[in-house]
Amino acid sequence: MKEYLLGNAAIARGILEAGAGVVTGYPGTPASEIVESVAPFAKKYDIHVEWSVNEKVAVEVAIGASWTGTRAVAVMKHVGLNVAADPFMTLAYTGVRAGLVVIAADDPFCHSSQNEQDSRRYAQFACIPCLDPADPQEARDMCIYAFELSEKLELPVLLRPTTRVSHARADVEVGQIEEERSNPEFVKNPARWVMLPVHARPRHTELLKKQDRIKTAFADAPWNRLVLRGDLGIIASGISGLYAEEAIKQLEIDISILRIGTFPPPDELCSEFLRHVTKVMVIEELEPVLEEYVERLARAQNPDLEIIGKRSGHIPREGELDSLTVRNAIAEMFDLQVEEVLSLKEAEELLPPRPPALCPGCSHRATYYAMRKAFGKDAIFPSDIGCYTLAVPMGTIDTCLCMGASITVASGIRFGGEERDICCSIGDSTFLHAGLTGLLNAAYNKARITVAILDNSTTAMTGHQPHPGTGFTVSGEKTKAVSIGALAKALGADFVETVDPYDVDATIEAFKRAKEFQGLSVVIAKQTCVTNARRAGVRRRPFTVNDENCDGCRKCVMFGCPAIEFDGESARINSLCSGCGVCAQICTRDAIEVVE
Amino acid sequence: MKTSECDIVVVGVGGQGVILISNIIGKAAMKAGYPARGAETHGMAQRGGSVISHIRLGCEFGPLVPPGGADILLALEPAEALRYGHYLSRDGVALVNTRQVLPTTVTTGQSIYPPLEEILAPLQKICSSVKTLNATKLAAAAGNLQTMNVVMLGALSRYIPLNEELILKALSESIPAKFLEVDKRAFALGKGEVE
Repeated sequence: MKEYLLGNAAIARGILEAGAGVVTGYPGTPASEIVESVAPFAKKYDIHVEWSVNEKVAVEVAIGASWTGTRAVAVMKHVGLNVAADPFMTLAYTGVRAGLVVIAADDPFCHSSQNEQDSRRYAQFACIPCLDPADPQEARDMCIYAFELSEKLELPVLLRPTTRVSHARADVEVGQIEEERSNPEFVKNPARWVMLPVHARPRHTELLKKQDRIKTAFADAPWNRLVLRGDLGIIASGISGLYAEEAIKQLEIDISILRIGTFPPPDELCSEFLRHVTKVMVIEELEPVLEEYVERLARAQNPDLEIIGKRSGHIPREGELDSLTVRNAIAEMFDLQVEEVLSLKEAEELLPPRPPALCPGCSHRATYYAMRKAFGKDAIFPSDIGCYTLAVPMGTIDTCLCMGASITVASGIRFGGEERDICCSIGDSTFLHAGLTGLLNAAYNKARITVAILDNSTTAMTGHQPHPGTGFTVSGEKTKAVSIGALAKALGADFVETVDPYDVDATIEAFKRAKEFQGLSVVIAKQTCVTNARRAGVRRRPFTVNDENCDGCRKCVMFGCPAIEFDGESARINSLCSGCGVCAQICTRDAIEVVE
Repeated sequence: MKTSECDIVVVGVGGQGVILISNIIGKAAMKAGYPARGAETHGMAQRGGSVISHIRLGCEFGPLVPPGGADILLALEPAEALRYGHYLSRDGVALVNTRQVLPTTVTTGQSIYPPLEEILAPLQKICSSVKTLNATKLAAAAGNLQTMNVVMLGALSRYIPLNEELILKALSESIPAKFLEVDKRAFALGKGEVE
């Protein structure tokens, strides 16, 4: 049976078909839809699916399940694996019982990320096997294979899709969903599960011994495909292999190709290929993982081999590849004509930029407006990861590094000697993910800063996933709703106030009090995400501009709401207005009125 | 040698329904027995930013349409048509909704939105044909402004190797039943506009 599936839905299908009993993860583009696509099946197939508080938690929960004999998977974006790196690295020592797959989705070109690190390096670092799918079909197939391989080697397996696999769509052949579950039981075995130094040392030896078994398992894996033709060759990893195949068909050239889907790559197959060719181009996105391997292997197999790729400057090490870039690199190798990338200079000259922006009626805009009013433009505004990072033009985003780094960087700026006011901002989901420890640290070490928690009761940027503050699980079941205010107090903040950012004056006053407070102050700006409110049926009356009162001062226009336009003389409110009413409070001429 | 039967690029502004249109085309392609590949914009850029979706019919390679390779550029917004104009092939056709959506860089006075003729002129130079329609107005006539993307799908249906019945079937599977009547009207209006 074939279905037209998003890559992430295809991976979810693989998880279901493999019979995973525990599925964990934290939302992050481009990985979010994997857990979301499994969740609707949780009840029917008796699967524990959760949005974990963060990726470290997700991996640890999955580990516990695997050690109990239940197949488990932890899902995250590439940078999530940094958060989970601690359990991930030692997990390679302990190994697994039931199959355990870690999925880290990479984002070449940083479409929606703060960096473009290559997760294949993590697999190398941990000495575990890694699979690099080329398309949604392979992603589904590899997912099922990964569970089997994990059990065979008693090692975790890293599945590493990229944005163009996770967010690609294709017709995907799917199979039956596994309903059988083994009898779960945690079997005590301190030498395996208790990583005291005395146990860790032999487990490290054991891990090193497993390296040959990984190579044996990959020797005839179907994800590595060799076609020997002419004496020029291409070796390509993951989706780059598809780009190369397309180029070969377009250019109608006689060239050998080896497509790689496993790391480590298969030695024998690669040796055969390297002995056959006189010149090879290595094509892969991001880090030269395959290229370094080829260079090493060629020293023994074919020392005269000419190797081109990233080191030679033929393939970029940053950004993502596409079929034209790959086609041109191959054409150059054959002295064929390179296709110019047509650029439309008019587009660059004429077009206004259209960066992503906060939604019309977004409460974050109102919060930042009040923050700026209370603190002034001279204050320092460290921020964090979420929709609110889009408020850069408002002048209230001075830093954005990684999940949770707003409070800690703010503390460091204070301890580093900055005397001016510091007000950092962090979203509710990000606060619960990685902000708690930072706030605790700020309280403990007496950081004199203000922390604004922008609580819109959802993980908005990645597609509105629930979190521990919302009172709902990934499956929509009711659960404990953790109070962010009570948490902030418990972590040691002496000043904690909650305000509605749609009430502009009250929010400015709260920020002023927080600014004056001699110590750690927390302002929680609480208002439901405007997109979620609309979905829940909240309808507020829109606003309009009374031209008689408007003097064209543009105060409302500069607020930056997409619903407010300027026609040269006066402001206008367009059909995007969600009725938040903030612009009416900003207007000093009483020119903005509700539509009756 | 050709590597795709028909390469389409759908562009617009986050929230206009670009992804829905690409999915409907992909599903219809499957029904017709074509292998199909698509690539979408998710995450950050969706927030009112510029978005692009690629669809390749009869293709078994990567999901991205190469620049200079699109048989059709379906633009739900005129400035976005020009922004992604370099995807058009020499023989390509651009279908452009003429109703502009102003970015905040324009509403706040930092940039100027160019007149429609200046947007279309460079496109007319680089491809075989540029068809324009006010899809937003047609959507209003169909009974719901939100169906603008379906109006554009109707226009597109004249240019792709998929029969209308399959596209409508894929459409009906992709939207709540209560919207089907108005969406069918929108589809017919879009199709009629380019006949």
